[in-house]
Amino acid sequence: MLSVEQFLTLAAILFCIGLYGALTKRNIIIVLVSIELMLNAANINLLTFARFGLVPAINGQVFTLFAMTIAAAELAVGLAILIALYRNRNTSDVRDQDLMKW
Amino acid sequence: MFSGFAITGQSVAFFLISLFVIACGVLLLSLRKVMYMAMAIGGVFIGVAAVFLMLEAEFLAFIQVLLYAGAITIMLLFAIMLTRHDEVEMPQKLTAHPVWAAIGAAGLGFIVLWAVKFSGVKWPTPSAESPWQGEDNVKLIGESLFNQYVIPFELVSVVLIVALVGAITLAKKEEE
Repeated sequence: MLSVEQFLTLAAILFCIGLYGALTKRNIIIVLVSIELMLNAANINLLTFARFGLVPAINGQVFTLFAMTIAAAELAVGLAILIALYRNRNTSDVRDQDLMKW
Repeated sequence: MFSGFAITGQSVAFFLISLFVIACGVLLLSLRKVMYMAMAIGGVFIGVAAVFLMLEAEFLAFIQVLLYAGAITIMLLFAIMLTRHDEVEMPQKLTAHPVWAAIGAAGLGFIVLWAVKFSGVKWPTPSAESPWQGEDNVKLIGESLFNQYVIPFELVSVVLIVALVGAITLAKKEEE
């Protein structure tokens, strides 16, 4: 028998892995990937409550679909920015991207 | 922790899947070569698709495989190949930054786990039978999408076209 808690626990662990990766990794691509990991954890939560919530409804799945679409668009723009940055500064290290740092 | 936990095929499958997902996530954090990290993230995406299947979201599981494990992983590999594909992350010196990041992530994790497990919140007991009674998942999503959510659906298409054009404009080589 599946329970709500186990899905929420898995999503929480996944979110924390993503958070740690986004905060510590040096390569911009890996930082972007870690953000995708956090979004995936949020999607698991949405689907858990769509299936096991007090009022099970299909709306949660539709919302997850929208979230995935926006995440894909975000990643496309992020990678384009990364390519432009790499062309201009010849590095893909986050610590070197301090053009807008105060 | 999971008191009164019955060992059924479903729960065994869940534990195997979550073990796979978390192992791939830890690999993503611990591997040094950027290329291998992209492979590990592909594993995470496939595992999450399996979790979606367990949550009876067949359509979304399929989309997850297509969009994340297929398109996004390949796009990441392209981006890695176009930049510095042989890059290796140096083992980090133990400075304050990763320590604070670890404390922050672990602290957030403990707060969420406490809220899930030990704060006394009564989660709804899941019903064994599906709330959708064998109705076609794709059909349900389609009906919902084109009746109730038709305006957000159209707006998302605008967002996608803007992102497409924006990505091309950003990545284009500027003329001299």
